[in-house]
Amino acid sequence: MSEDIFQGYKGHALEVMKKFNARVWAKVKVDTSRGVFEGSILPRAENTDDKHLVMKFFTGYNIGIDVDTITNITELGYKKAVYKIPEKEFPYSKGKPSVKLLGTGGTIASRLDYRTGAVIPAFSPGELYGAVPELADICNLTTEKIFAVFSENMGPEQYRKLAIAIGEEIEKGVQGIIIGHGTDTMHYTSAALTFMVQNSPIPIVLVGSQRSSDRPSSDAALNLMHAATAAGHGDIAEVMVCMFGPTSDEYGFLHRGTRVRKMHSSYRSTFRTIGDTPIATVSRKGVVPIKEEYNHRRTDRNVKITPVFEEKVAMIYYYTNMQPDMIDSLIDNGYKGIIIIGTGLGHVNKPLYPAIVRAREKGVAVYMTVQTLWGYVGMFVYDTGRDLMAKGVIPLENMLPEVAYIKLGWALGQTSDLEEVKKIMLTPINSDITPREPYNGYLIYQGGVPEVEDFIKKFHK
Amino acid sequence: MKQQFNPKRNYEETRNSVGYIERKQATQADYDHIGFMSGLEVHQQLDTKQKLFCRCPAGVFQKPDEYNAELIRHMRPTLSELGEYDGTALMEFKTRKEIVYRISNKTACTYDVDDTPPFPLNREALNIAIGISILSKFKIVGEVHITRKQYLDGSIPTGFQRTCIIGVEGEIQLKNKKARLIQLSLEEDSCREVSDIGHVRIYRTDRLGMPLIETVTYPDFANPDEVKEGADYIRFLNRSTGMVRQGIGSTRADVNVSCRGGTRVEIKGVAHTSWMPELTHVEAFRQWALLRIKELILQSVKEPSAWAVSSKEVSLKEIKLDLPAIHKDNRFTRIYIVNLPFFRGILSHFTQPGKMFADEITDRLKVIACIEKPNMIHSEMLEDMARDKIWIKVKSLLGSREEDAQLIFWGPEADIKTALEVIQERCLMAMNGVPNETRKAFEDGTTIFERVLPGADRMYPDTDSAPIPLDDEVIESYRKNLPPDICDRYTQLRAWGIPEDTFTFILKYNLVPLIERCSAELSIPPKFCATLIGHTLKHLNNKNNALPLFRNDMIFGLLQFIRKRGLDPAIAGKMLRVLYEHPKMDFESILVTLDFKEVTKEEILGKLPFLVKKFKETRLSNDDRAGHRWIMGNLHKLALGNISLRELDEHIKL
Repeated sequence: MSEDIFQGYKGHALEVMKKFNARVWAKVKVDTSRGVFEGSILPRAENTDDKHLVMKFFTGYNIGIDVDTITNITELGYKKAVYKIPEKEFPYSKGKPSVKLLGTGGTIASRLDYRTGAVIPAFSPGELYGAVPELADICNLTTEKIFAVFSENMGPEQYRKLAIAIGEEIEKGVQGIIIGHGTDTMHYTSAALTFMVQNSPIPIVLVGSQRSSDRPSSDAALNLMHAATAAGHGDIAEVMVCMFGPTSDEYGFLHRGTRVRKMHSSYRSTFRTIGDTPIATVSRKGVVPIKEEYNHRRTDRNVKITPVFEEKVAMIYYYTNMQPDMIDSLIDNGYKGIIIIGTGLGHVNKPLYPAIVRAREKGVAVYMTVQTLWGYVGMFVYDTGRDLMAKGVIPLENMLPEVAYIKLGWALGQTSDLEEVKKIMLTPINSDITPREPYNGYLIYQGGVPEVEDFIKKFHK
Repeated sequence: MKQQFNPKRNYEETRNSVGYIERKQATQADYDHIGFMSGLEVHQQLDTKQKLFCRCPAGVFQKPDEYNAELIRHMRPTLSELGEYDGTALMEFKTRKEIVYRISNKTACTYDVDDTPPFPLNREALNIAIGISILSKFKIVGEVHITRKQYLDGSIPTGFQRTCIIGVEGEIQLKNKKARLIQLSLEEDSCREVSDIGHVRIYRTDRLGMPLIETVTYPDFANPDEVKEGADYIRFLNRSTGMVRQGIGSTRADVNVSCRGGTRVEIKGVAHTSWMPELTHVEAFRQWALLRIKELILQSVKEPSAWAVSSKEVSLKEIKLDLPAIHKDNRFTRIYIVNLPFFRGILSHFTQPGKMFADEITDRLKVIACIEKPNMIHSEMLEDMARDKIWIKVKSLLGSREEDAQLIFWGPEADIKTALEVIQERCLMAMNGVPNETRKAFEDGTTIFERVLPGADRMYPDTDSAPIPLDDEVIESYRKNLPPDICDRYTQLRAWGIPEDTFTFILKYNLVPLIERCSAELSIPPKFCATLIGHTLKHLNNKNNALPLFRNDMIFGLLQFIRKRGLDPAIAGKMLRVLYEHPKMDFESILVTLDFKEVTKEEILGKLPFLVKKFKETRLSNDDRAGHRWIMGNLHKLALGNISLRELDEHIKL
């Protein structure tokens, strides 16, 4: 296949390049009505206009040139850039735990993509070792790329594949598993894996980064080190999310896969355990449990893998004046389960009642969670709640909405008997429902209050 | 008989053989001889309301210990767009610094600490940058691309500065030549350092993110004075727009210097252009000295790649060393002795006035190995010869030969490995000549090592921001409202007959528009106004360290009052002195303070015949000028403001 010498250029810009015989990576002198510009032609990002030529000036800066101003282009040389993370063989050291890193995509390791102008994931033990050599001090790492999709494209197919891959690794006897994952939907995957992979003898740690590893302040390296520590040395054999505790480069949290949620669009410390404390903190020195009860690491290989998922499950976020057709359309489209995210203690308006009754009659499982995220569904408190329960809506205690969605898909994947589904849904798995909310489970402090300001000043955010 | 090695004599001799001369004695021929070359990167903060990539206020500052929260980052090197690691990046990684940011709610937000992606580029800043680019005759780019420039010293929490080129290839007209400009970029300012001790560096985030332009010149300056001239020109040009910040720290320049055979060394953050001549002079000769050091070493070291230091850990008892610096915290301190083969005469070799080659090592131990100074002593120190015994012991422990030099360094155990590498590395660099580095400036013209000089390898496109197109119409619209060139300003000032010693002050504070306004609206002759500003105001400024309440445009109000009141403008100087100290005082009250009495011209002139008579009666000299002086002295106070002193003088008929 011949190489694309006009990488990313299209329309008018492409015509101009062809007219003057210019190609990407060529060192050129460009005559324009604004003066002469010298530099190397760079590829053009795909979603940008067709009016400019991108060049790297000799000082390393990029500039764009309006193609309409170009009167001539002279090629002076050619040098193609190869962007590659230096690859070094990951060293094996005796006595260190063997840890498997399963790749799904995401920004744990990434490189520049000229097509979109954004960063794309790069991944291999060699590359990782090149970028984070400290990993070799923690464990013997091997990697496998299961698939490469962005976080938002993860779905049931990927959950199932991951669960099966984890089962195989456990069978082979690895001492810990790390899953590299984009952060946007990490808490969906952590819930799915908690349900699909039960009784794991080893830690299964999901990790990502909020700042891609192409930037010096990235959290990727430290997150990876924390994940490797938790997977290789930690005693907690559960599915967990490992991400920054504070936004400072200090320590990470290990969150239970069923109680964690991404809570900020860009902070490093975006993942929080909801309605409880995180299960542990982790630093390069090791894992320090916060919760007293958790599943301990074992040496057997008795894991139970249930890689099933019913895809016809939906989640609807109730808003004021929601019309019944929102639910009707789900019924008409053959959905088998609906998670409602209700207001307050778990409420929706009266106009929805007939649609809910109809869903029940059509054999659709309907469950209730809360928009407040913190707290339990409490459908006995008001008439509305009692009415809804009478119409067949089942409250899900303090299960998080995303977790409820995943669990319902997983339950319906096993059986279509709604009583059986209900049993599965209401039987707690790894704290997806907790019997009680501790006093320190709900902590959202507000700035401006002297004691909070003192706290923020004293401890790193 | 073997002659005893004398470091002091060696220092003097090497200073002479390098050919170092004081700047005052140096001529262009001297600079041509060593191949002096210098260029500038002039930074100028723009006077915008908000920061460049977020909506925080620009120009609001916090004290070092005033903050609401702190957070910590560690910087790791990453690859550039072209797939290379940068040298500085690797050095900074070696130092293992913990970077602490002190954040004040008033001045920084989550963008500043890299917890929120950038907001769209500040248009106000972009507009100013385009205007200044046009003034500097840059070719304006068709599309602005935001680039990340890596800074691993932590001065920016992201680890990179967002920066973008507005124009390339411009020029400025100096007195005797044109200086070429490489580029003008618009970028975010960095944090201000609070402290840097051991492995902890603390920054405050108030200045961070403020819009800044950087004008980069080619290395076209052929002597130290031209460097200053160029820097002043760019500074005045920026200020002539009236849209940039003034005051301490708002204009800073990095000065690049090399000599023939040397290499580009960057002197960072020089805030006063008056420092530049001495700094560049000393740096060019430092490089010239390093080249001689290279020659000297290579006379004995035939194979630099095989050259290596040898070292040994010792105890204080073993070498009977009594150093307060070590005793302070000796629980964690390790002491090492190091032999530097063939380095006798090198450690005490002249590098800068008052500095020798050994200083290059101690500076790097501080910066790279993070060992606070004093961190070493060596066998060729000028001040204490009394330690001879120690060095005899050290030499025997290391098995040194006559032609070697030795040093003793100390530091925390964790830093020893890096320290040994640093010593080895700096000595090897000496065999290569001049290392690429950035250096920190001191007022006396000397510099110390700051960082390894970064290259173009630290550039990376900013994937968080889209390119911004600049159409021809947009650029043309800016062209219309620009002030005249600075070289034309100089011509204008000369044409007005203004004394040359006022030029710098007038251009530095962009006061030509004020002079023009006083001339156009009040018919005050430019020469009068310029002298009032360039002499009286400058004098007041120097004496009083710029009072915050006085604004330069108050001078217009003062002159307007004088015109309205029908006073003679000569009184402006005296009034300005009072106004400067009491900016809130109204003008009438100022006149009262000055004991001013309104008297008619006739009345004053009416006093002349009496005074003339009086002078003639008592005259001691035949010189009429003495008479004029005596009479003017008597009437000066009364006349000031009421009649032009020249007119009064003309009426004196002796």
